[in-house]
Amino acid sequence: MSRPWVRELVVSFAAVILALVVGAVLIIVSDADVAATWGYFFSYPPDALQASWTAVSDAYTSLFLGALGGWKPISETLVQATPLICAGLGVSLAFRAGLFNIGAQGQLIAGALCAGWVGFSFELPVVVHLLLALAAGLFGGAVWGGLVGLLKARTGAHEVILTIMLNYVALYLLQWLLTTDVLQRPGRNDPISPVVEQTAQFPNWPGTRLHLGFLVALLAVAAVWWLLARSTTGFQLRAVGANPEAARTAGMSVGRAYTIAMLAAGALAGLAGAQQVLGTDYPLTDGIAGSVGFDSITVALLGRASPIGTVVAGLVFGALNAGGLQMQLQTQTPLTLTTVLQATIVLFIAAPALVRAVFRIRAEGTGTVLAKGWNA
Amino acid sequence: MKLELRGLTKRFGSLVANDHIDLTVESGEIHCLLGENGAGKSTLMNVLYGLLQPDEGSVLLDGEPLTCTSPGAAIAAGIGMVHQHFMLVPVFTVAENVMLGRERTRGLGVLDQRAARTLVRELSERYGLAVDPDARVEDIPVGVQQRVEILKALANEAKVLILDEPTAVLTPQEIDELIEVMRALKRNGTSVIFITHKLKEVRAIADRITVIRRGKVVATVAPDTSESELAELMVGRPVQLQVDKRAGTNLGGAKLAVEGLDVVDPQGFLAVDGVSFEVRGGEILGIAGVQGNGQTELVEALMGLTAAASGSVKLGGRELVGAGPREHLEAGIGYIPEDRSHDGYVGTFSVAENLILDLHSRAPFSRNGTLSPAAIRANAAQRVEEFDVRTQSVETEVSALSGGNQQKVVLARELSRPLELLIAAQPTRGLDVGSIEFVHNRIVRERDQGTAVLIVSTELEEIVALSDRIAVMYRGRIVGIVGPDTSWDQLGCMMAGIPPEEAAQQAEENPTVLGALEDAHE
Ligand SMILES: Nc1ncnc2c1ncn2[C@@H]1O[C@H](COP(=O)(O)OP(=O)(O)OP(=O)(O)O)[C@@H](O)[C@H]1O
Ligand SMILES: [Mg+2]
Repeated sequence: MSRPWVRELVVSFAAVILALVVGAVLIIVSDADVAATWGYFFSYPPDALQASWTAVSDAYTSLFLGALGGWKPISETLVQATPLICAGLGVSLAFRAGLFNIGAQGQLIAGALCAGWVGFSFELPVVVHLLLALAAGLFGGAVWGGLVGLLKARTGAHEVILTIMLNYVALYLLQWLLTTDVLQRPGRNDPISPVVEQTAQFPNWPGTRLHLGFLVALLAVAAVWWLLARSTTGFQLRAVGANPEAARTAGMSVGRAYTIAMLAAGALAGLAGAQQVLGTDYPLTDGIAGSVGFDSITVALLGRASPIGTVVAGLVFGALNAGGLQMQLQTQTPLTLTTVLQATIVLFIAAPALVRAVFRIRAEGTGTVLAKGWNA
Repeated sequence: MKLELRGLTKRFGSLVANDHIDLTVESGEIHCLLGENGAGKSTLMNVLYGLLQPDEGSVLLDGEPLTCTSPGAAIAAGIGMVHQHFMLVPVFTVAENVMLGRERTRGLGVLDQRAARTLVRELSERYGLAVDPDARVEDIPVGVQQRVEILKALANEAKVLILDEPTAVLTPQEIDELIEVMRALKRNGTSVIFITHKLKEVRAIADRITVIRRGKVVATVAPDTSESELAELMVGRPVQLQVDKRAGTNLGGAKLAVEGLDVVDPQGFLAVDGVSFEVRGGEILGIAGVQGNGQTELVEALMGLTAAASGSVKLGGRELVGAGPREHLEAGIGYIPEDRSHDGYVGTFSVAENLILDLHSRAPFSRNGTLSPAAIRANAAQRVEEFDVRTQSVETEVSALSGGNQQKVVLARELSRPLELLIAAQPTRGLDVGSIEFVHNRIVRERDQGTAVLIVSTELEEIVALSDRIAVMYRGRIVGIVGPDTSWDQLGCMMAGIPPEEAAQQAEENPTVLGALEDAHE
């Protein structure tokens, strides 16, 4: 069984390499000076090659250094990876149960909202306050996700539609609450909440933004791995995801599996939301979720819906985010390029046949769990 | 077209699925491939059809070397294949399906439907394949769907046609029709490679028979070879083709009591119409009937998979109508579904996981919600050994097993715990003769332990061989329940809806050749 696993890893890795190549082309094209040198390529080729090489290598060097060049960049990579891993785990878990969970964004917002509210509304002792705020975050996400599972189980509604709609509901709910007394910081007119009490904040590693939430994320990874690989519930989720008819015939409740999977997926995204508000942002704003919820879908895809894969993919994306910021600062390469890189990676992942063709990786035995996600 | 395989070898990791296979199929020959489950027949055909790449050896078509890297290349070279699982688009019409992949258009990209329809009509006339080009595939019976598959291959001008276990899902009448089609193909010079486990069919139609065992060709013989000889060649030991079934000695009281059961199918038709019967402990009740007469719905209702519209199902006095599949399993019912890949196993799960699919939440396979990998593996090792499941390891995905071995996984799971009632639908579909012998003996043993057994099969031979009593279903009703020594002809008449006494009379007046043969066989 190890061989298909290795092949998947190779394909994921190859997708990253291919994306970097595409990115290089974009860097060259988008830099006016470099592009100009290509205008006289046929009269004097070295100029164009030289300029292109410099532009690409400068950009990628700063990307690399910004992500991994020392403790500070590494800590920044880990900070960026933390919520991606948690929300990505949620998406992966749902995938394994045959559900295409587009709703990590909404679940994350619901989690951040609850965690933030507990974080600034109460005064409680040190450990207790953080744990309570964290629990609130899990709860908020679980409700937001569980609702989807329940509706699907009861009415057969498609989870893709439900989650997309609930993303909007969560965002606008947050925006509205930020203009009411419930969340808005007293004395402010803009949509921002009070700062989370010190007692509810994740402790930081001195001198960095890295916080304890990263360890919590790793614990979540272990928990999800155990759930999927070692628990009877996980066995049911996987069976329902792979063949709901056979699962039903074997006495499993398909509806129950959907509900549990979405509850857990929501809780994990809610955890990511709690990490954002309790670990890095402190006040709630309507930008609290950034694009983490959507990126986490990509992370789950790249990680092939496995817990370990999700960690690796989360770290890769964290590094791209952290490095991208540095790249923009130092070489004026627009930050959107990292987004393009991430999107290109997904494209190649989603089209493994293309990657295999480029690298001549042999394909035998087909089908990943991801193709199943769309089955209603 | 003459087809030659020379030294063809295909490995899956350390497993040699095809080991230097030499095979020659003459032009216009019907060549049968026989072999036990997992012998490598399907693999060999998939290599020929370009779905798998051989590791060694070559394929010659009329003496010219041929390499197919994709089914497209094989089709272009004149090789067609009908898979056991059909690859048709259910919502398309017959003509559209035949056209699929080779769409002809008239200007502006408009599909030339008329040409497709004409082609279908022409081909179906030439080969006696009666189909309506405008019927939607999802609306036509399996046997006709198969004809569509054959038409598809013929429309691509196949000169060599591969049929992988085409008869496993057909009714006896449909099999007769298929045999006629194969003869028509032969007259047109098409070569046919025909895979089946049914020795009678082989002897009826084959020009030559090649037997494969564990990836190697063991013999190529003429069709007048006896069934027992063929069976022995396949399995490598003498096979007892008749079940050793003495009347049950352990006959108990009524275990399963079904009263006035009605089941409505999704289209709103009454699929099961007021069915009542009893099965006693230590007894095998066989349900015979042509496919599609309510057997599927009856079984699903008995398992709680489909809700009964009215009536009662009692197991050991306990009402089961209204309970879900889980309660049914917990009440001690073992269930072998008719469509194994749909309901019986999870293809991407390992053999070990599939062997506990409906037992995973019980000790020793899990405790307090935690699976016990050691117990699961030990169980798997034992079952694989006992049921002779040919698999590379217990961690192998079930989808990588051969069809018959997948069936054995389902059987091994359901027959490995104490049961009150065993419901087996088409229990030996796709199994080789050796495995059929084994499974039939296991079912009889289950009966002798006092379990009530309900067998549903469209194969009269299996029903007659196993049952203590036979119920015949027709259009959702039970026509009658008769003893095991009822003649084939009478059963045949009952399957057409004629009540038992009248059927007996009719059967006596017009005996059929096949029926007489079979009765003498008993
Ligand atoms: N994709 C695969 N990966 C690994 N092993 C495979 C794969 N496909 C087939 N096998 C193995 O190759 C062997 C031959 O399988 P094959 O399907 O050709 O058998 P078969 O003769 O068609 O049997 P049956 O009568 O049961 O259909 C089996 O042991 C099977 O487990
Ligand atoms: Mg086969």
